[in-house]
Amino acid sequence: MKQGGNRQTEKLLMERSVPGRVGTVLPDLDVPAQAMPDSALLRDELPLPEVSEPEVVQYFTGLSLLNFSIDTHFYPLGSCTMKYNPKVNDEIAFLPGFAGIHPMQPVEQSQGALDLLHRLQGFLGEITGLPAVSLATLAGAHGELGGMLMIRAHHLANGDTGRTKVAIPDSAHGTNPASAAMAGFNVVELASDKNGNVDLEGLRQVAGPDLAGVMITLPSTLGLFDTNIVEVCRIVHEAGGLVYGDGANMNALLGRVKLGDLGFDVAHLNLHKTFSTPHGGGGPGAGPVCATQQLAPYLAAPTVTKQGGAFALSTPEKSIGKLSSFHGNFGVLVRAYTYIRTLGDAGIQSISANAVLNANYMMNALRGTYHLPYDRTCMHEAVFSADLQKERGSSGLEIAKRLLDYGFHAPTMYFPLIVHEALMIEPTESETKETIDAFIQALIDIDREVTENTELVNSAPHSTPVARLDEARAARQPDLRWKPEAAA
Amino acid sequence: MSPDDRRYTQEHEWVMIEDAAAKIAVVGITDYAQDQLGDIVFFELPKVGDTVAHLGKMGEVESVKAVSDLFSPVDGEVTEINQKLLDHPELVNEDPFGEGWLIKVTMADASGVEGLMSAQDYDAYTAGL
Amino acid sequence: MTSTRPNITGANGDHFQSHYIPNTTSEQAEMLASLGLDSIDQLFTDIPAEFRDPALDLPAPLSELDIQRELGDLAAKNRPLSSGPSFLGAGSYNHFIPAIIKPLITRGEFLTAYTPYQAEASQGTLQVIYEFQTLICNLYGMEVANAGMYDGATSLAEAALMACRVTKREKVVLADTVSPTYAAVIRTYCQSQDIAVETVSPSAPNLDAKTACLVLQYPNFFGYIEDLQSLADAAHAQGALAVISCDPTAMGMFQTPGHYGADIVTGDGQPLGIPASYGGPYVGLFATKQEYIRQMPSRLSGRTVDKNGKTGYVLTLQTREQHIRRERATSNICTNEALYALASTIYLAAMGKQGLRQVAELCYHKAHYAAEKIGRLPGYSLPMSGPFFQEFVVQCPSSPTEINKKLIERNIMGGLDVSDQVPNGMLLCVTEMNSREDIDALITALSEFK
Repeated sequence: MKQGGNRQTEKLLMERSVPGRVGTVLPDLDVPAQAMPDSALLRDELPLPEVSEPEVVQYFTGLSLLNFSIDTHFYPLGSCTMKYNPKVNDEIAFLPGFAGIHPMQPVEQSQGALDLLHRLQGFLGEITGLPAVSLATLAGAHGELGGMLMIRAHHLANGDTGRTKVAIPDSAHGTNPASAAMAGFNVVELASDKNGNVDLEGLRQVAGPDLAGVMITLPSTLGLFDTNIVEVCRIVHEAGGLVYGDGANMNALLGRVKLGDLGFDVAHLNLHKTFSTPHGGGGPGAGPVCATQQLAPYLAAPTVTKQGGAFALSTPEKSIGKLSSFHGNFGVLVRAYTYIRTLGDAGIQSISANAVLNANYMMNALRGTYHLPYDRTCMHEAVFSADLQKERGSSGLEIAKRLLDYGFHAPTMYFPLIVHEALMIEPTESETKETIDAFIQALIDIDREVTENTELVNSAPHSTPVARLDEARAARQPDLRWKPEAAA
Repeated sequence: MSPDDRRYTQEHEWVMIEDAAAKIAVVGITDYAQDQLGDIVFFELPKVGDTVAHLGKMGEVESVKAVSDLFSPVDGEVTEINQKLLDHPELVNEDPFGEGWLIKVTMADASGVEGLMSAQDYDAYTAGL
Repeated sequence: MTSTRPNITGANGDHFQSHYIPNTTSEQAEMLASLGLDSIDQLFTDIPAEFRDPALDLPAPLSELDIQRELGDLAAKNRPLSSGPSFLGAGSYNHFIPAIIKPLITRGEFLTAYTPYQAEASQGTLQVIYEFQTLICNLYGMEVANAGMYDGATSLAEAALMACRVTKREKVVLADTVSPTYAAVIRTYCQSQDIAVETVSPSAPNLDAKTACLVLQYPNFFGYIEDLQSLADAAHAQGALAVISCDPTAMGMFQTPGHYGADIVTGDGQPLGIPASYGGPYVGLFATKQEYIRQMPSRLSGRTVDKNGKTGYVLTLQTREQHIRRERATSNICTNEALYALASTIYLAAMGKQGLRQVAELCYHKAHYAAEKIGRLPGYSLPMSGPFFQEFVVQCPSSPTEINKKLIERNIMGGLDVSDQVPNGMLLCVTEMNSREDIDALITALSEFK
């Protein structure tokens, strides 16, 4: 559908500005005007738009219509767990008793919030088998930084100052090496073996007195449960290192296995993936850190403790310190609590069951049409390669773009880095069989188009608000804000 | 075919002697390298006066979605950088062996160049990648 | 509460069907049959048997009606800002939030979209980020702003790390008037990278040629405005960067940090239309000079054209980021707070040129009215002097925490107890949300507490 007039979205806010229009009417000053400060302290110009309220609503509504989203499109981005985001979670997070409370108000005035956080700590500890939990970290990568700082603090507390190295599989998300580096470690890469597991021989070679730990994503970004995982943990522990778990793919494991049982020492969860909180176009998330009791003293502050009948904010004994302004992304934590409480024990297990079933069903239906570099039972996502299609003239990128024309968001492309032309597809448990069948058919149809009409595929998408964009131009001549002279 | 008036590294840089007497060499990246990188958007190059070492890191090249280290084919001191690349990194995509050169170096020792690959060897090497 | 795992394939009749999960048992059976399997358990056999299907001690599922009751009860145990006057600030501010923000940010098209990596399918989010970058630059008087960080504290910590990269130095100097929480987060971020963190008085900043940056807050933690020009000049004289954490609301009337020569400006976007929400989610603001753009953390949206010449937006300069540069990235940040960058953008559009100025001036006049009256109460004084915006410190006749307890009995939320920094100090914040009646009630109450 087209929008006309001022409901078109081409003009930016500053270009829409008409002197004299206002978007809000504020109350009059009800106290006597006070002396103003020295005028040298005051600004002259305040270059903000002048637009009326209807224009603001129409403009942003118009912009929203340019997006694909879970509510409007199947969004099978691998490793992102784009599942349904329940509306009741938002409603509850917006209750005045949650959204309207100040982080520094006395704990006596926020016992309900603290009770909720305390319960959520318990839930996440139970689900991971890592009972010491801090909710203070604000995203997955933020949790990784917190967890790696805990590993560092643990070694230093033992007087073990030589552990400078962290080993990370070649299939890992880029945040893992970036977080390890921010925590002061040198990163060494671990190869994957032909089954997509961590190569044990390679691990043994780096498992020495300088190894602080490893960072493992389970299931891996290949969508596979690493069948060597117990041995991986054993080798690392034997060398005196600790095992960090990247919980990005926990949707596959909920209620099926606990990371703590397998030998993980510390892990983060992505509440905006596994626990249904909305991605919001790139955030907010929350990345709570769950650890063994042994590492509990190092958790980021604050944690919520219960003393007598009352809840309090506490700083663990040897805490790595504070990592955020207040107590974590509370609004996200409320949503995740509501989700876990709604689903309960049976529902939590039903998530992993259906997520893994849907992924295997889809993988099986596309086997033969798209190459499967690691052809074994997958977990919550399947990683294909578009190598077969590339031979006929269309790369993974082109297939992904063509999917947009079929009304499906593209899968994750070119990741993990160890798979050529990777297409990483995660259907999640909240999609219907009808949608998954339609998606399978679209990929089969596109495969036929690659043979019959390569150009159609390679020039896709054809139905989106814009066609393929000139990314080289964007990077060579960065245009990162509207400037008055550019308007002429 | 890569031009045979210069020598090549396994990291896809080339070096050409511009003035043998003054030991001045020109350094760039190969057509194969620019093709693999795709649209090049940015170079981080050493400054004039910096010392570069044979096969030591001398800078970075960025495309839209990749970043690669640049290695110096020779030992020496940087005497000039290609100023045009600051605004037009695409010159390296368009003419990697000519207009898209990166830096000029006064070599400490010109003999190191002989140890690098010939054009024929380099083309055979990239054909096998 | 321990339960046994129900047979989700439904063979034993104790199947639980969640309203969030469409597959029925017969659909599951059909899908399993296509795989030549008869049980979902067969898909999990890669998990070592001794660890598979552990007992899971979680409560049983709840209906939506029960959830609303249970969570409603928990929410009712907290005191919301709307239940009475509040004079708490200290990094989270009670400002008016226009009604249009919530319905716009909860549109599924914004709320349930992922990071806009697939540009053709994400033009809405990408154009919003570009608008956000524009307005934050305009607010702070800076050349470039990113798509946002986690919050004010992490933005400032990342700015300190960036200053170390830019200057290739390893010492961060904090004014002792920076928020203690922000200072704590900077220390956590710097601890593992061998970056020294020192504290100075802004009246005598002791900088040297090893200093990467001088970190300031504007207005400072106590609400006051320092001589930013001299402080920025002092940093520059040593080749250090001036890093300023700045309250965006104050920008409705006060001079920009860019005017004083700030190299990196950060802030918390919470005052721009984001509810207090017990401390998060907020959004970190981050702006700098063009010349430092490649050292910036977090995402950037850039304007470009599509292959037909139509204007569009993409994430750009991504080689700075972790998914490409990995351990050498400018930061590990990936997920940020995009939805609240959207909220701030809508807020700035709705407030506009006139509205933000009015908000700032309302805060200024009300805070000064309150300060002047409280400062004249017997036993109370204003221990700090100089220009301030909407916060100020009052020296109380007795423990501020005890006074706050008495204020709560009158349904007034007092200020933050800062007696660890100022003897019997209370940090009060007055905004446009406080009516004259509220302020007078506070003044009357304080006059009765000795």
